[in-house]
Amino acid sequence: MTAAPDVSAWAALQPAVAPVLELRDVRRVHGSGPTAVHALRGVSLSIRPGELVAVMGPSGSGKSTLLTLAGGLDTPTSGEVLVENVALPGLSRRDLAKLRRRSVGYVFQDFNLIPALTALENVALPGELDGIPTRRARKEALAALAELDLSELADRFPDDMSGGQQQRVAIARAIVGDRRLVLADEPTGALDSETGEAVLRLLRARVDAGAGALLVTHEARHAAWADRVVFLRDGVVVDDTGEPPAIDLLLERKW
Amino acid sequence: MSVRQSLLALLEEQPRYGYQLRIEFEARTGATWPLNVGQVYTTLSRLERDGLVERAGDDGEGHALYRITDAGRQDVQAWFETPVDRSAPPREELAIKLAIAVTVPGVDVATIVQRQRTATVRALQDYTRLKRKGSPDASEHDLAWSLVLDSLIFAAEAEVRWLDHCESRLARSSYQRQTATPPVSAAVPERSDEVVS
Repeated sequence: MTAAPDVSAWAALQPAVAPVLELRDVRRVHGSGPTAVHALRGVSLSIRPGELVAVMGPSGSGKSTLLTLAGGLDTPTSGEVLVENVALPGLSRRDLAKLRRRSVGYVFQDFNLIPALTALENVALPGELDGIPTRRARKEALAALAELDLSELADRFPDDMSGGQQQRVAIARAIVGDRRLVLADEPTGALDSETGEAVLRLLRARVDAGAGALLVTHEARHAAWADRVVFLRDGVVVDDTGEPPAIDLLLERKW
Repeated sequence: MSVRQSLLALLEEQPRYGYQLRIEFEARTGATWPLNVGQVYTTLSRLERDGLVERAGDDGEGHALYRITDAGRQDVQAWFETPVDRSAPPREELAIKLAIAVTVPGVDVATIVQRQRTATVRALQDYTRLKRKGSPDASEHDLAWSLVLDSLIFAAEAEVRWLDHCESRLARSSYQRQTATPPVSAAVPERSDEVVS
């Protein structure tokens, strides 16, 4: 829709790093025949390490479908989904579950913390489910909490935390261990504007430290934290803000 | 108007000369609205004419200092106490453009909306990049500038929300036109303000 931005100079600067997430002509149809719903109609998207991509669209545009496909929670009708160069549809159920636990972190609008567990236990849970010894899982969880400056919340239960604190703990859970892909679905939905901003600052810092993240939101102010904003309408990408300005990138780049 | 009041408020702190006023104004608003020195001196001479400031000698290096008068102090106080007038909105080019676009035949309004949204989100990304460079717990000194930046961010966000709203209104009105049963007799004149999508 807009003139293609000149990204050749920018692309030349990019080392050959495998994307953490790649969607290739992904389609998802629910149902069949005349009542079939085309949730996604051929979406291609790729996210490199250190890149935050936001998908903006109204409800029904397909953005939630995109996120569930990216996280391997749903399978595309056609097209490919690759997480760190591994094609998800080819994986056994068991390998898929493992990949979901080890490589992908999720942040949801409603935090999804388990009320009966402390912050530390919530963050350690993915590791423990994955068979990591409890002591090591807790050590990793403590490190994730410390990285986000949340150590003092370790022994608190979700009910004793504010919404903003709960969401920060949920982000710690999403990055614990060595997760390189963070998928966030309206992570600031229920938070006031200042707390929401703190959550995005955190997500941004994690991405700057090397993770790749896909953020789904309908709020422009939050999408603006991304390197690239993709506009989704009726299951197709209708526009894209393009790559960040090359000059900016040159200045900010750590050689 | 706001430049005049701002310079007065800066003079209420202490006597200053023109160039200092410009530096102070830009430091506090993050140079979002650059002032040229000529504008500062024109404003100062008007303030002097109206008895709101007076000359206070020079600073020893030949810069003419200005000092606020009692009338000037009252003016500043009234400015802070009175809400900014919103009853006469400034001309908004985008709203005017869309209003004209929906009434002129043959204009692809949906494309105008999408292009603008992308451009506005890009501006929002630029503001956010500036914000990222600052710390969340900005010092008192940076607070003024970061509030100006937030004002730009909220305004751009409101514009995107309004564009989303326009888009869904346009989609609904074109859907209604497509599904409306055409009249049996062709006697109904065509509406001249019909949206062409």
